[in-house]
Amino acid sequence: MNSALWTHLAKDLRIEWRSLDAIISMLFFSGLVVVLFSIAFDPRGAFSQQIAGGVLCVATMFASVSALNQAWAREIRHQVMDAQRMVPSPGSELLLAKVIVNFLFVTIVQILLAPFFVVFYNLHIAGQGWLLLLVLPLGTWALVSNGVFFAALSMSSRNRELLLSLILFPIFIPALLAMVQATTSIFTGESDPSLWIKMLLGYDIIFTTISLLLFDVVLHVD
Amino acid sequence: MKKLASGLYVVVTIALMIWGFYQAVYVAPLDAMQGEISRIFYYHVPNAMLCFLFFAISLIGSIGYLSYRNKLPSRAQAADALALAGAEVGVLYCTVVLTTGPLWGRRAWGIWWTWDARLTTTLVLWLIYVSYLLMRRFAAGPQVQTLAAVLGIFGALDVPIVYMSNRWWRTQHPAPVFGGGPDSGIKDPAMLAAWEWNILAWLVWGVLILALRYRLERQHQKIADAEAQAALNA
Repeated sequence: MNSALWTHLAKDLRIEWRSLDAIISMLFFSGLVVVLFSIAFDPRGAFSQQIAGGVLCVATMFASVSALNQAWAREIRHQVMDAQRMVPSPGSELLLAKVIVNFLFVTIVQILLAPFFVVFYNLHIAGQGWLLLLVLPLGTWALVSNGVFFAALSMSSRNRELLLSLILFPIFIPALLAMVQATTSIFTGESDPSLWIKMLLGYDIIFTTISLLLFDVVLHVD
Repeated sequence: MKKLASGLYVVVTIALMIWGFYQAVYVAPLDAMQGEISRIFYYHVPNAMLCFLFFAISLIGSIGYLSYRNKLPSRAQAADALALAGAEVGVLYCTVVLTTGPLWGRRAWGIWWTWDARLTTTLVLWLIYVSYLLMRRFAAGPQVQTLAAVLGIFGALDVPIVYMSNRWWRTQHPAPVFGGGPDSGIKDPAMLAAWEWNILAWLVWGVLILALRYRLERQHQKIADAEAQAALNA
């Protein structure tokens, strides 16, 4: 494939493969979050099933933010952004490549973290476990696609990391709510997650489309 | 002439606010079940509806800025000032909603807050526009306006979710009064009158402070422009 999307994708994956910066920091950070939540909210018996969904989603969120803060780090230095602006293909391909790459990283972290999570929370999934394969990617995509876009938005400001979190979290809240409700209902088997899955899907479609449409504006600013 | 008209507008606005207060607190009859606390309805609901209006004005400003910034820069600047003013007034009205709501809820339900769909999404709406205002403060340089306009569009996408939330999910918040089920709507004409006076009063008040903020922002822009010109010519 000759498209710029594939080039950006391969470049970012190759760089990450050589240093494993993002994945290691994310893995450790989210592992810490899981342990800290276990200490804060004693997860014993049925209670652990109730909170496991929320803890998983919040751990994903914090882990993603640590990766997202560095998502454009390489582009900010050495005027790489100027080079990116001169690429003849639409800016949305650059955005999509970055989103896919970060999505892969966060998913890898989630997969690696899953066994520890099951062990620490003594998870047994009472509902339909296979739905998690739908819920977690949809929720992660919501987080990462908005996060990469807002990281680009806040690139030029003086407290870029702080601003990213301040902008990302309010807009992410509906997806967080849906993700937590869906995972909790799958873990406990007490209710039907289909409304929340539909909401996540709708959220993803709306916000991915609008980010792709508006990215060229952000890319070519100043 | 212009000064006379705007002076008259201010006087009419203040008069309407006083009349609305009188209607809400003294004239409107009590709700059968709630008693005196029902009067907060005449503040809470107009502010809630109008905050959506001002966020919509902000969205129009943001879209206008993005559309005109290359072709008609002066119009783009006006649009940006409108976007900022609209967001600020909207945040103000949303703050009133989030303050009057719990005040009522504490007496009516016994709890200050609950995390149901309507309350949560209104809080999220407030957070989004506060983050918009924070971004305008923290981001530096000439790109602020473009980036803020983009963020304004994102924030505005949340507004329909807030409006529909009351219809999509079963909620503790009272069901829609206007356009809800077959028995909805205000039946008592005195209550309806009080409500109408209040929404009119809060509308003209909001437009007044929007206009003042818009004018202020335009003056900021003109001063910044003049300084830039002076620096260029020096």
